[in-house]
Amino acid sequence: MNSGYAVPAVALVVLATVLVGAFGLRISRTTSDFYVASRTVGPRLNAAAISGEYLSAASFLGIAGLVLVQGPDMLWYPVGYTAGYLVLLLFVAAPLRRSGAYTLPDFAEARLASQAVRRLAGAFVVGVGWLYLLPQLQGAGLTLTAVLTGAPDWLGGVIVAVVVTAIVAAGGMRSITFVQAFQYWLKLTALLVPALFLVLAWQRDGAPSHAFDEPAAFREQRVVRVEDGLDLRLEEPLTVTVHGTVDGRVHRGTELRLPAGTHHIDGGTRLTFAEGTEVPAAGRGVDDALSPSRAESREERPLYATYGLILATFFGTMGLPHVVVRFYTSPHGVAARRTTVAVLGLIGAFYLLPPVYGALGRLYAPELTLTGNADAAVLLLPDRVIGGAGGDLLGALVAGGAFAAFLSTASGLTMAVAGVLTQDVLPSRGVRHFRLGTVLAMAVPLGASILVGGLPVADAVGLAFAVSASSFCPLLVLGIWWRRLTPPGAAAGMLVGGGSAFLAVAATMAGYPGEGPWHALLAWPALWSVPLGFLTMVLVSLATPGRVPPGTASVLARFHLPEELRSEVSA
Amino acid sequence: MSGFLAGLLVAVLPLLAAGFWLGRRTARPTSLAGLGTPVEHATFATLHTASLATPPLRAGLTEETARKAARKLRSLLGTDALCLTDHDRVLVWDGVGAHHRTEIMERLAGPLDSGRGEAFPLTCDTPDCTVRWAVVAPLTVDDRVHGALVACAPRESAVLVRAAGEVARWVSVQLELADLDQSRTRLIEAEIRALRAQISPHFIFNSLAVIASFVRTDPERARELLLEFADFTRYSFRRHGDFTTLADELHAIDHYLALVRARFGDRLSVTLQIAPEVLPVALPFLCLQPLVENAVKHGLEGKSDQCHIQITAQDAGAEALVVIEDDGAGMDPGLLRRILAREVSPTGGIGLSNVDDRLRQVYGDDYGLVIETAAGAGMKITVRLPKYQPGVHSAGRLTPK
Repeated sequence: MNSGYAVPAVALVVLATVLVGAFGLRISRTTSDFYVASRTVGPRLNAAAISGEYLSAASFLGIAGLVLVQGPDMLWYPVGYTAGYLVLLLFVAAPLRRSGAYTLPDFAEARLASQAVRRLAGAFVVGVGWLYLLPQLQGAGLTLTAVLTGAPDWLGGVIVAVVVTAIVAAGGMRSITFVQAFQYWLKLTALLVPALFLVLAWQRDGAPSHAFDEPAAFREQRVVRVEDGLDLRLEEPLTVTVHGTVDGRVHRGTELRLPAGTHHIDGGTRLTFAEGTEVPAAGRGVDDALSPSRAESREERPLYATYGLILATFFGTMGLPHVVVRFYTSPHGVAARRTTVAVLGLIGAFYLLPPVYGALGRLYAPELTLTGNADAAVLLLPDRVIGGAGGDLLGALVAGGAFAAFLSTASGLTMAVAGVLTQDVLPSRGVRHFRLGTVLAMAVPLGASILVGGLPVADAVGLAFAVSASSFCPLLVLGIWWRRLTPPGAAAGMLVGGGSAFLAVAATMAGYPGEGPWHALLAWPALWSVPLGFLTMVLVSLATPGRVPPGTASVLARFHLPEELRSEVSA
Repeated sequence: MSGFLAGLLVAVLPLLAAGFWLGRRTARPTSLAGLGTPVEHATFATLHTASLATPPLRAGLTEETARKAARKLRSLLGTDALCLTDHDRVLVWDGVGAHHRTEIMERLAGPLDSGRGEAFPLTCDTPDCTVRWAVVAPLTVDDRVHGALVACAPRESAVLVRAAGEVARWVSVQLELADLDQSRTRLIEAEIRALRAQISPHFIFNSLAVIASFVRTDPERARELLLEFADFTRYSFRRHGDFTTLADELHAIDHYLALVRARFGDRLSVTLQIAPEVLPVALPFLCLQPLVENAVKHGLEGKSDQCHIQITAQDAGAEALVVIEDDGAGMDPGLLRRILAREVSPTGGIGLSNVDDRLRQVYGDDYGLVIETAAGAGMKITVRLPKYQPGVHSAGRLTPK
């Protein structure tokens, strides 16, 4: 890709974000404009803002990468990411808004009147936020490596971290809603326009569709450079030209016929594949224990993994800290509900696009499965398929959109995490402490992203969803719909459900236990941890009937009655 | 390998946090262990146990607080069983022999009535039950009996009677303090109600005078102004709920400014800059309008030419930041400080001190008004409003959709 176009595009996105943030405020100079200036945020604007904040690196890059590597099974990701809002709409949106809570800890306090549960919820907000920030920073590193060949992996993460920390610590955006809404339309454009050109090019190419159901194959002779060491698993013998080390032997441009079985290829080796060769299945080398394990367990137990994913994404959306705070902007419960419907439409439209990139990637860039850079498919395709100045321009547009994705999601998450750190963790309040909280909120995931390295972006986000679904979903759903919930029950449910999901995530990230049924259970924890969280919360609440907070009836009435009735009730 | 390390780190972090928390919870003042004689150690231990039982009792005598305090009280007395009751039932039974509940309640009528302690044997069918004697010590607050502390033992003991009496007296003191806390809360609530802002009589008078002046020359304008006046008074006189939303408060300010502009015409200009995110924030009713009124007064005071007022509301994380600024006469900071401390009564209108008091009472002392001013340099008032505060909920919507 030509960095001469992409770097200005990324810079332009950052600049536009700051400008919209600084000047997007409605200012009125005469009192007759008063109503205009003090008009609340409408459902459509707020929905665009929520979508802008929600569509992260996982959506922009990760889904296409997964579809490229593993085929149409991965379409459950966009479905799950969207359907989470359906659950949110049905069970949570309006009552959450009527509760008056700004953050999830606020909700815990409003419903259960307990400082202990509030602090516990705060701890989980920080945990989920950090887990979710991690893939954003990794995605940024990936984008920068694709744009600027030779840039180190961590540079992009550091750039996004510094920009976001600076924006948030300087007092945030003056009009965050407009910024996020702008980011949504930017991301949609950045995917839609190149996608149209790509589909046109594909049509002109004779609309080949063989790669959609068969294993991907090279359509022309192609040189693949293996960045990290990997293991090739061959079902059939493969003929390939090698510059580098295969199975411990150095080759210099010799044509090798590799027999069926597993072959280890060292990092830095160049393989030249002939036209029509099937892309072999790759596992990462033993020195990098991270990324292949989840994919393998998905191959071993596809049904279990799929249901684990569905459960995590369906119930995890409502517990994402940066999504919840945006509902506060809606003036009332009904508007919150309308907003959620609009969000469903907006992100539904967006999620039509990444699978297109994934499918075209299988056709035109199948070697990405080998290099372990499948997440870069969206960024590389315009250059690969269209090429020339047009390809460079479209590539720059995509890179700009990808950066918008990191910026908006990362700044929303950082705001949420820093807010909780300042309010509930750090000793005293004040602006200085908010800055400290911001730095802390960003420093931990940045350090982790440099340490952890290559977990596939969409997978890492899936883990954050699993923890959120096991801790906050029971708290919100039972808190809103069950009057016998008690503070000890809520605390126990969050600890057992969310805690076990968190431990499973940690074990998976550490590459333990590696394979087998246990690994599948730990890599897709939502299927058991969400019911476990609900069950613990219900049982402990039933066991402590004396601890139902007084005033539960009036709190629930406020959650469920429309605001118009409230004045008549309280009068 | 780095992945393994990172995962390990992720796994160990929560464990460390949990350990830290547990350590904080169970920390005892062990540093004193090396000091003093065994008798003094016993005294320290007793005082520590007593101090642990204090916090729950400070919230009054309920089932929950009794449950939290009973175990500590029992270890203070060293008995097999201890129970706390109110007038009608056993609130908590800590220790063995809970089957004596009903019997104890029947025998308590006398002591609860007279307010005097008593010890009596219990009848029990279970042969190995260690609860044979009960020592009753009433809990009294202001000479009224609130309940009783009952300590049970295998045999009669004069020491236990004495000890139970002393512990009951100590508990009674805690309950008296709880009573005091309650009356303080009630006082604050009453004060908030008394402080509920009223619109100034001057304003009503001035507005009606202005409207009257338009009735002949411009009847349509007069009609509009009357409607504005009606809207504003409807908002100010409403009776339900102590809280409103920023959007509603801004609309009230709009009505107010329309009336003021009718009086002062072009001399007054207003700029408004509102982040739409903060419009749903709940806040005490009529706590910004007096600040605007104050800005108008200061801005036009003693100056014949223009006055400019700027109102901004910004989003600041978990808070909304409202700033009201005028370029008028300003004020001597020393005088302002005395006004806010209620040493000098302000001249007319609803004082800033009223708003300041109410904000502090609702949100805590961190959230008082911040005023920057000097004589001749205008005035800038900053209000911080938390987006969420327990107990602060705006009443129903008044603004039409």
